[in-house]
Amino acid sequence: MIYDIIIIGGGVTGCTIARTLSKYDLNICLLEKEADIASGTTKANSGVVHAGYAADRKYIKRNLCIQGNKLYTQAHEELNFPFRRIGSFVVALEDIQIGELEEKRKKGLQDGVPDLELILDKEKIKQMEPNLTDKVVGVLHAPSAGIVSPYEMTHALAENAAMNGVKFFRNQEVIKIRHQEYVFTVKTGEGEFQSNNLINAAGLYASRISKMLGLDYFDIMPRKGQYILFDRNMLHLNKILFPSPTKVSKGILVCPTVHGNTFVGPNAQNIVDLDDLSTTTAGLKEILEGGMKLIPNLPVRSSIRNFAGLRAVPDTMDFIIDNTDVYGFINVAGILSPGLTSCFAIAERVEEFLELLGVEMKVKDDYNPIRPKPERFTNFTREELDKKIKKDPLWARIVCRCETIPEREIINAIHAPVGATTVDGVKFRCRPGMGRCQGGFCRPRVMEILSRELNIPMEEITKRGEDTNIVVGKTKDFILRKLEQEGR
Amino acid sequence: MIGGGSAGLAAAIVIKKAGLDVLILERDRELGGITLQCIHNGFGIHEFKEELTGPEFVQRFINEALDLGVKYKLDTMVIKVTKEKIVYAINNTDGMLEIKAKAIILAMGCRERTRGSINMPGFRPAGIYTAGQAQRFVNVEGYLPGRSYVILGSGDIGMIMARRLTWEGCKVKAVVEIQPYVSGLIRNQVQCLEDYDIPLITSYTITRIHGRHRVKGVTISKVDRKFDRIIGTDRFIECDTLLLSVGLIPENELTQNAGADISLNGGPVVDNNLETTIDGIFACGNVLQVHDLVDLVVAEAKRAGLNAVEYVNERYEKPFETKELIKCIAGANVNYVKPDHFNKSDQANDIIFSFRVKRPDRRILIQFKDQNNKVIFKRKRRYVIPSEMIELNLNLKELEIPQDCKSLEVEVIPQPEVLIDNT
Amino acid sequence: MESNKNMSKSIPEGEKTIRCIVCPTGCEIHVKNVDGELIVEGHTCNRGEVYAKDEFIAPKRILTTTMRVKGGLLPLIPVRTDKPILKERLTEVLNEIAVKEIEAPIKMGEVLIENVLKLDANIIASRDLIKAS
Repeated sequence: MIYDIIIIGGGVTGCTIARTLSKYDLNICLLEKEADIASGTTKANSGVVHAGYAADRKYIKRNLCIQGNKLYTQAHEELNFPFRRIGSFVVALEDIQIGELEEKRKKGLQDGVPDLELILDKEKIKQMEPNLTDKVVGVLHAPSAGIVSPYEMTHALAENAAMNGVKFFRNQEVIKIRHQEYVFTVKTGEGEFQSNNLINAAGLYASRISKMLGLDYFDIMPRKGQYILFDRNMLHLNKILFPSPTKVSKGILVCPTVHGNTFVGPNAQNIVDLDDLSTTTAGLKEILEGGMKLIPNLPVRSSIRNFAGLRAVPDTMDFIIDNTDVYGFINVAGILSPGLTSCFAIAERVEEFLELLGVEMKVKDDYNPIRPKPERFTNFTREELDKKIKKDPLWARIVCRCETIPEREIINAIHAPVGATTVDGVKFRCRPGMGRCQGGFCRPRVMEILSRELNIPMEEITKRGEDTNIVVGKTKDFILRKLEQEGR
Repeated sequence: MIGGGSAGLAAAIVIKKAGLDVLILERDRELGGITLQCIHNGFGIHEFKEELTGPEFVQRFINEALDLGVKYKLDTMVIKVTKEKIVYAINNTDGMLEIKAKAIILAMGCRERTRGSINMPGFRPAGIYTAGQAQRFVNVEGYLPGRSYVILGSGDIGMIMARRLTWEGCKVKAVVEIQPYVSGLIRNQVQCLEDYDIPLITSYTITRIHGRHRVKGVTISKVDRKFDRIIGTDRFIECDTLLLSVGLIPENELTQNAGADISLNGGPVVDNNLETTIDGIFACGNVLQVHDLVDLVVAEAKRAGLNAVEYVNERYEKPFETKELIKCIAGANVNYVKPDHFNKSDQANDIIFSFRVKRPDRRILIQFKDQNNKVIFKRKRRYVIPSEMIELNLNLKELEIPQDCKSLEVEVIPQPEVLIDNT
Repeated sequence: MESNKNMSKSIPEGEKTIRCIVCPTGCEIHVKNVDGELIVEGHTCNRGEVYAKDEFIAPKRILTTTMRVKGGLLPLIPVRTDKPILKERLTEVLNEIAVKEIEAPIKMGEVLIENVLKLDANIIASRDLIKAS
């Protein structure tokens, strides 16, 4: 079949576009390179919904961020992903930084960033965020900033898109694209897909995809950022904390997560290798030091884990959202910060482009924008739980001790539209393995459930797809194989 | 009884024998705890004067508990314990349970340090496990994590797994230890590593993990006295699996949420009766302090059980009496001391002190001093190592501690020079 | 003709440094075969001397491993030799155990392989294992 639209890339950008377009009566499919959506930059970023005062006015990302921020309210209500508007502080540790903050405040208010205020009353600041360093001289407070779980949001977007008819294909690395007679033929490692329109939301690989169509006008440079995550019990922050910004980046944040943990990071390191997600001793040291400038009593010994994410930084330093010279091909590339915040506004932009391309955008009668909130054990009251357990005892079989997750939540995550097929897939959808023991207790159980629900042997269960099998054989296999080889 | 491992079983048995009602809440599908997956031998030498495997050791307790009719629930997760001694638990036959107890014994054991908690940089490939996870897969679930291994940490768990995996046809390339000495027992070094020509590389640590999807190898580097990497000493070892045996942490989230004080070693603050800072809640086994010998876990658990019985019979619902406490402090070369404090009025009883040293040493003196530096007790020992917990049973009345004693400091110092050679 | 049994074995030639494991002191004991007599040096107690001699002549180990189970609550049961066996025969015994599958229910102490490889030791179960529900 020839789809109306193929979207390449299953990160937050691609999935937001998919969901936004799913309201129309169109045949749409999304191709994702990895074993699961939200495997790239979407999985490892700060999860901040920025207020929008930070970017220079010359960039389109500024307005898209301010607009996108506003759209989170409705999206959150419809899609039920974890999101909280807790507000942010840009922290000035020296008096000369106050002038810059005031500039940002003025311009931000002019451009539509709501309720920006400069707070110089130290007592008030400490009341709002008691953990902040005593060296603070003033903060720019942005109440509209928020925190989101970027991958949970992406799963919500994908589920709703799938519910409304979008087809998702994972493990599809795009190798070649042909454009003939207004039809795109996209060849992947696994198959071939055809469409009239093609949207490139391939993140770190967007430049590669664009070049497949001869459009070589931008480059993507991966910029690595490392993070350290701290135990929920050790530190509780009220606000997102930014240092006063430098020319290069927003700096090393100390930030709460929607699940109550705290992280510090990211630093910024230009690298070459698109697959390099390693953390480094120097990098971890840098972010700890950066974090301690804002929070002197950072619980250094209570780190749960560290990880790195790669931003797809375009050489233009701005979003590249273009209706290109190849008719029907839209680039949505270089979605660096504030890309997560801007995603809904970016999707609206793509809608406009498709209209210009003559695509018939008729809204479906049965379009349902609501993706119901996933049921979570920890959100039920005692009475609700009792009722649920009576009908379905799998709500009472707790698999993950650290996060209190019952088997039923895991089964739901596997059978949801675009559901989990790997251990990490389960982890990023309902959290087993994210707690203090990092999967020590629950991993064999999660594997058993995956094996049973998907009918695949334990030896084929992977961490996140290709070559990441958790176990390589049954106990005794190696001895038996050796004996067989020796003819015994 | 929260936990049905060796500690929980041993304590439940003495409680049942004393005629009280006890219920074990166990999260796994069978009783036995972590000892069930320790299929090697070396257990029971103190308790049974026999050398048994882990499963044999704990099976005896399981059998005795079943014979006595000790009640237990399996597949049951305790979610919360309150100060008022109400336990909230859940399983899929009973649903949500709210159980009121006169006394509670915490026996939840400990968990392993993970890669994240030691901030090890590198990629996130598949193929990284803690030694205990690997042990669970190989011995209980029945799967092999990989083909060729490097093990970080020369504690007993790491060395035991080196041999176990070799016995299952895998190749263990090396055991890497950051300290200049082996962390576990010499017996394991000989029978698990030397027997199989598995190199033990001391004063080295892993500075990089290679491989994006699956571990391809590790880089190890020599470290100096401050555990900083010495440039130029990097070596690459090819392997597809990395096992981490880098420490155990008592599992005290329930304890903390109940409002009991937690001491620096990670276990609850307890007195000489193994009672936490909440009346009627006791702790024993690895949740209190990480043990090396399950025999000592069981001995501690029996004491906790008897103390809980005494609490229920003598002190439950009686008016609360404030007790004068003498603090126990960790002094020179001592990592921590249990109990954290003891009741002055209990002096006449034997009190069991347990502690670990920070550094190994030979020809040392263990000393207990009061706040005025008066030495109350001393004992010589030939050697001390951090991986061996030291237990001393002292009767302080007999030792005549001063009336105004407010604290006892436990220290381990080199034996003073002997001027005249008495050999 | 050389006997297959554990017990009678001629004293090996040469010398060896053996680390004693009887107590955590871990003395390094040097054992040397001088014209059929064993010279032992470096031990600090009698138990060490005995251990070192045994280690030199015929090192033995208790083998602890698992055996596959059919129809049990778990797929494997921990097993062990009920006596120490010659270290050099361990791999063969492991192979013997690997090819065997035993049926549940099993009781602790039950003999699963009798007189394995005629080494005068049995392979016994280390725990009870019930049938799968």
